[in-house]
Amino acid sequence: MKKYRIDPSKGLEFGIYTLGDHIPNPYTGERISAEQRIHEIIELAKLAEQAGVDFFSVGESHQAYFTTQAHAVVLSAIAQATSKLKIGSSSTIISTSDPVRVYENFATLDLISHGRAELVAGRASRIGLFELLGYNLRDYEALFEEKFDLLLKINEEEIVNWTGEFRAPLRDAQILPRPLHGSIPIWRAVGGTPASAVKAGYAGVPMFMAHLGGPATVFKRTIDSYREAARRKGFDPSELPVATAGFFYVAETTQDALREYYPHINEGMKVTNGQGFSRQLWAQGADTRSIINVGSPQQVIEKILYQHELFGHQRYIAQMDFGGVPFDKLARNIEMIGTEILPAIKKYTAVPQGAEQS
Amino acid sequence: MKFVFLSGSKVGTKTRTALNYAQHVLAEKYPAVEATMIDLGEYDVVFSDGRNYLEYQGDTGVVVQAIMNADAIVIGTPIFQASIPGTLKNVFDLLPENALRDKVASMIVTAGSSKHYLVAEHQLKPILAYMKAQIVQTYVFIEEQDFYRKEIVNDDVLFRMDRLIDDTVLLAETYLKLHEQKEAEYGF
Repeated sequence: MKKYRIDPSKGLEFGIYTLGDHIPNPYTGERISAEQRIHEIIELAKLAEQAGVDFFSVGESHQAYFTTQAHAVVLSAIAQATSKLKIGSSSTIISTSDPVRVYENFATLDLISHGRAELVAGRASRIGLFELLGYNLRDYEALFEEKFDLLLKINEEEIVNWTGEFRAPLRDAQILPRPLHGSIPIWRAVGGTPASAVKAGYAGVPMFMAHLGGPATVFKRTIDSYREAARRKGFDPSELPVATAGFFYVAETTQDALREYYPHINEGMKVTNGQGFSRQLWAQGADTRSIINVGSPQQVIEKILYQHELFGHQRYIAQMDFGGVPFDKLARNIEMIGTEILPAIKKYTAVPQGAEQS
Repeated sequence: MKFVFLSGSKVGTKTRTALNYAQHVLAEKYPAVEATMIDLGEYDVVFSDGRNYLEYQGDTGVVVQAIMNADAIVIGTPIFQASIPGTLKNVFDLLPENALRDKVASMIVTAGSSKHYLVAEHQLKPILAYMKAQIVQTYVFIEEQDFYRKEIVNDDVLFRMDRLIDDTVLLAETYLKLHEQKEAEYGF
């Protein structure tokens, strides 16, 4: 876990991620400016750091109702505004970017943040980006695999020799700057299907798994397939961290949390995906066995501990700002994370040194 | 309540003739229902390329958005080569997998002969069920011989059409009520 800057003796890492969505508040119908949204994201990261959160990440989405297309730039501002928090992307769409340029950005981010940068690389869930940047959707899989491989290679080797299909060859190319400690943690973003998780396992890279809803046990299968695939290819799964990411919201009571967050999720899904979030599925989210971490602080603690027992994962990343949640509510969430949730989950998930799970 | 009449073919007139009649019945009996006719013969719809339905431009965007905004869809389809036309299948391909969740769907089928009676049953219904539609179980099957110069001349078909519209409105209204009732129980 050392390579990925994770110390299991400190317990499950807790992170916060934003997709940088820019959606009207469903209660008021009003939408803050893009400028305000970006500054609120930076403020959110500062609050997260003060609360003792381990990781903060910003996503890249090139479509209407999003503001952090240039997510590395936003992360750079976060790097400057914070000093302890690990920062990363969630995710960087590597398929349609040049890995050399992406690496330059993130290595620079690592230097700005004094060694706190990480990169989560994903395949894109929308195809508008392929048109925007001039790629053919038919190359969807090949583009990602080739560019992700190159990204990993650049991370390992300062002088790169490489040829591929989608970019000019590199001959004794020196990729600079180098990150503070020579390399940065690079994760593979996985949308929750075992097929995608298996590919992350084959590559022997950490897996960052995002999910919308459903029972936690379903995702255990995906995580098991990831570790099994890694083992098959000769990697040691105990060296490969797993992160899970999904909806999170706390309020005084579970009913309050469900009620307060639902309109944001539902309206947010409508404008970004065209269909709302099923109320039935949301109601099931209150169950301890559900992957959605929405509820009272005590309920959320129980859920996260239950998920940790199932998954044996190293990091959980919460999405609490989807769908125009006003900043005061986010601040209140972070306060409850800092005062109630973090102390409890750290206490119960810390693994004594030398007794790491495999 | 919003109805969409979807005429699933680019060629021929029988399906459109049947849907026109169905729309006329709806307007006469249920004037409060808002109805839109989408005849795929009048639209230039691209083949599905896997993008989110919100990202389609032009006619394709108009067609998919109209369907997504409807409470009930009356699908009219001819039978070509013992199956539904590719134009209609393409519309399903353009939509998300649970696009018809909370929507009612009913079917009007036109065909050259009675031998194709089960095509809707075996091909269209499973797609609608997969896409989570509430299906009106009884559909109207119309043969070549039931038409004369762009008019339906078989009273049995006309009666069945009336009943289909009644059933579609009833199911849509009932489902809407049930849904509202269920949603109110959640308390959020």
